[in-house]
Amino acid sequence: MLDFPRWKVVLITLVALFGVVSAAPNFLSDEQLNSLPDFLPKKQLTLGLDLQGGVHLLMEVDLTEVRQEKLISKRGDIRDALRAASIPQRSAIRGDNIVINLTKPEQADQALDVLDDTVEMLGGSALTGGGVPDIEYLKQENGAIIVSLTEDGLIKRGNDVITQSIEVLRRRIDGMGTTEPNIQKQGEGRILIQVPGFDDPQKLKNIIGKTAKLSFQLVNSAMGSQDRVPPGYERLPMAESERVPGLPDSLVVSKRKILTGENLKEAGLGYDQDNRPVVSFRFDNFGGKRFADVTRKNVNRRFAIILDGEIISAPNIQSPILGGSGIITGNFTVESASELGLLLSAGALPARLTVVEERTVGPDLGSDNIEAGKIAAIIGLLAVMVYIVLSYGMFGMVANFALIINISLIFGLLSTLGATLTMPGVAGIVLTIGMAVDANVLIFERVREEFRKGKKALSALDTGYDKAFSTIIDANVTTFIAALILFQFGTGPIKGFAVTLAIGVATSMFTAVSFSRMIISAWAVRKRPTVLKI
Amino acid sequence: MLLKLVPENTFIKFINFRKFAYVFSLMMIVAAFGLYFSKGLNFGIDFEGGIMVEIGTEEVADIGKIRSTLSELDLGDVKVQEFGDPKDVLIRLEYQEGMTVDQVVEKVREVLPDAIEGEISYRRTETVGSTVSEELISDGIMAVILAIGAVLIYIWLRFEWQFGMGAVIALVHDVILTIGMFSLTGLEFNLSTIAAILTIVGYSLNDTVVVYDRIRENLKKFRKKPMPELLNLSINDTLSRTVMTSLTTLIALASLFFLGGEGIHGFSAAMIWGIFVGTYSSIFIAAPILLWVELRRDEPDTSPEAGVDVIPPQKGS
Repeated sequence: MLDFPRWKVVLITLVALFGVVSAAPNFLSDEQLNSLPDFLPKKQLTLGLDLQGGVHLLMEVDLTEVRQEKLISKRGDIRDALRAASIPQRSAIRGDNIVINLTKPEQADQALDVLDDTVEMLGGSALTGGGVPDIEYLKQENGAIIVSLTEDGLIKRGNDVITQSIEVLRRRIDGMGTTEPNIQKQGEGRILIQVPGFDDPQKLKNIIGKTAKLSFQLVNSAMGSQDRVPPGYERLPMAESERVPGLPDSLVVSKRKILTGENLKEAGLGYDQDNRPVVSFRFDNFGGKRFADVTRKNVNRRFAIILDGEIISAPNIQSPILGGSGIITGNFTVESASELGLLLSAGALPARLTVVEERTVGPDLGSDNIEAGKIAAIIGLLAVMVYIVLSYGMFGMVANFALIINISLIFGLLSTLGATLTMPGVAGIVLTIGMAVDANVLIFERVREEFRKGKKALSALDTGYDKAFSTIIDANVTTFIAALILFQFGTGPIKGFAVTLAIGVATSMFTAVSFSRMIISAWAVRKRPTVLKI
Repeated sequence: MLLKLVPENTFIKFINFRKFAYVFSLMMIVAAFGLYFSKGLNFGIDFEGGIMVEIGTEEVADIGKIRSTLSELDLGDVKVQEFGDPKDVLIRLEYQEGMTVDQVVEKVREVLPDAIEGEISYRRTETVGSTVSEELISDGIMAVILAIGAVLIYIWLRFEWQFGMGAVIALVHDVILTIGMFSLTGLEFNLSTIAAILTIVGYSLNDTVVVYDRIRENLKKFRKKPMPELLNLSINDTLSRTVMTSLTTLIALASLFFLGGEGIHGFSAAMIWGIFVGTYSSIFIAAPILLWVELRRDEPDTSPEAGVDVIPPQKGS
C-alpha cells in the first residue's frame, strides 16, 4: 500500500491531468477557447438534440416497392433475352414471382439456359466473381417457369438502396445549409436523421420526404380526358398546384422517357422574363445532346416534366432547345422553386421513405434542460461532498478530491471521444457522482473495520485497500454489464446515458483504487500515523 | 467528531426477520402484479405509439378548455395534462388512421389559439409509429432479460451458482416492484424508465455483491459458524457501507428529482425507489436465500453446528 513506485505516481498524475485539461474546454467560453495555445485540447462535448433542440427522424425504406420495381425490370430483361433467342412466351408478375409460359413447352431447357445468362451476381467483382445471384428459377410440372428474387439478393439490394438514399439525403440536407446533420443506417431498412439546432420538421420532411424522380416525356395532345389510353402511353395527373379550372386534370404521355433526373448536372432557383420564380436546370453532355435532338424533331408538340408521377409542367416546344439548359415554369414561390432545385440537383431517392418516428425539441426546452441539469449536478455534487467530509473527515476530503478528478475524467473522455451529451447522460453523471464514492466508501469502511479490530494504523490501511479491491471489482463489473447492454439495445438518449454510466464506472474505479490511494499513501508515508480518524 | 449513521458495532439479526421479509415481498409482488393487470402502466408514446406535443404558454393554461377545444377535432382520445409547470402543457393524441402526423399536428396548431391566450411555443413534438413502438418494447424487454442473464453468468463465474440464483431472484424482485410502483403512481413508462430499471439492476446487484463478497470471505474465515449467524455477521459487517452508499446515491438522485426538470422526473423517481428496493432486497432477500441452498465450504466440515451434511463419497458411484 505504502509502496508506490515512481512510474506509477507519474502515470496516475498524468491520467488525472489529462482529465482536467481535456474537460476544461467545456467550462470556457468560445473567446477564451480561441485565445488558448494550440497544443491544448479544445474539443467540447456535443450536446444531444434534447439539450440544444433539433429534429430526430427515423425513416423507413419501402422495400416492397424496391421489390416490385426489381420484378418489373427483371421481367423486361427476361422477355428481351428470350425474344432474342427466338423463344416465344408470355409472362406475368404474380405476387412476388414472375411466371413464364412458353408457347412451345419443348423449348424449356433452352429457355432455362437463356435465363441462366440473365442472372446478375450482386456484390461480386468483375475480376474475382462471387457475389449473390439476384434471381432463382424453377420449372414447374405444367411447363411454366417460376422466377423469384432471392432473399440474399433482396437484402443486398436493400442495403444498396439504403446507402444510396443516405448519400442523396446528405446532399439534400447539406444543401439546406444547416449544422452538421447525423445520417446513418439503423437496423434493417431504416435511416436515422438527426439535425441539431433545427426546429422546423415540416421543412425538413419536405426536403427528405420526396423521392424526386424527374422525367421528361412527350405529351400525346390528341388524346382527350375520356379517351382510352393506347399501349405505350400512360395517363398522369397534373400536380395539384398546376391545375387550372377548365383545363384537363390529366394528360396522356408517352411511356418512353426522353430524359430523367439522372441527366441533370445542376438545378436551382431562377427567374423568367416576368421575374417569376422558376427552376432553372442544366443537363449533362449526353442529356443536352439528346434534348436538343428530341426538341428539334418535335417542334410544336408538348412535353411533360414529371415529378414523382405528377406532371408539374407541360410546355410547348416552340423551337429546338440547343443550349443544354432550360427552366421549369409553374406556380412556384421563391421557396418552393429553390426547394425543387435542391431536390433535383441532389438526385432522386432510389426508394420511397416514410417517417416512422419523429421527435422535435424546440431550442427553449433544450436550454431549459441544460440549465436544470447543471443546477441538479452542482447541488447534488456539493451535497454529496459535504456528507462525505462529515462522515470520513480528512479521508473524506481525499475522496472528494478524487470525485472531482473523476468528474473531470468523465467530461474529458466524453469530449475526447466526441460523445453526445443528452439529458439522460446528465442523469448518468449525477448518478455516478452518487455511486462513484462507493469505491472509496468500501475502502474507508474496510480500513475503519480493520483499525477497530486492533490492527496498527498503517497495516489497517494496507489491509483495507487490499480486501476492498476484489469487492470493488465485482460490484463495478456488474454495473458495467448493465451499461453495456443498455448501450447495445438503447437508442438515442439512452445510448448517451449508457456511455456516461460506463465511463463513470471505469473512472470511479481508477480514482478510488489509484488516485485516492496514492494521496493517502503519500500522507501515511510522511506522517506515519498511529491513529486513524476515520 | 465524525458523522456515523450506523453505530460501530451493530449486530442486528436480519436473518431472523426473513419470514416476515418473504411474506412482505410476496405481498408486494402480488400487489405489483395485481396493479399491472388491473390498472396497467401509463405507457409513453415510445411504447404505445402516437403523437405528443408539449407547448409552453404565456399565461397559466386552462387545461379543461384546451381539452374541450381539442376534443372537438374528433381525433379520438385526447389527453391533456400539466407538465411540471402550469404554463407547460402536454398533449397526447392517438395515432390517426389515414392521416399523416403532420396533418394531425397542423389541425392542433390551428385550433389551439382558441383555447390559449397569448403566444404558444412548441417546445417538443414527438411521434412514434406502431411498428417502431412494438420494436422498442421488445428491445426493452430483451435488454432487461439479457442484463439479468449476463449478471447470473458473471456471479456464477466469480462465486458459486447458488449466489447467482440468489442475486437473480433479488433482481427480478426489484424489477417487478419497480414496475408495480410505476403502475401505482401512474408515472409515464417510457424508454428512460427502461434505462432506470437497468440501472437499478446494476445498483441492486452492486449492493448484493458487496454482501455476498463478505459472506464468501466469512465462509472461509469461520468454518464452524452456523449459516444464519454467518449471514447476519456479513450483513452487519457491510451495513455501514450499504447505508453510506445508498445515502450518497439518494442525495444525488434527490437533487436530480427536485432540480433536474420535468424531463427526467420519471427516471429519477424510478431510481430513488430502486435504491430503496435494491438495498432492502440485498439484505432481506438475496442473503437469506442462501440458507435454502447448500453452500460449499472450502473443506468438508462435519461439525454438527455447521448445519451442512457432508455425505462421504460412496464407492463405485
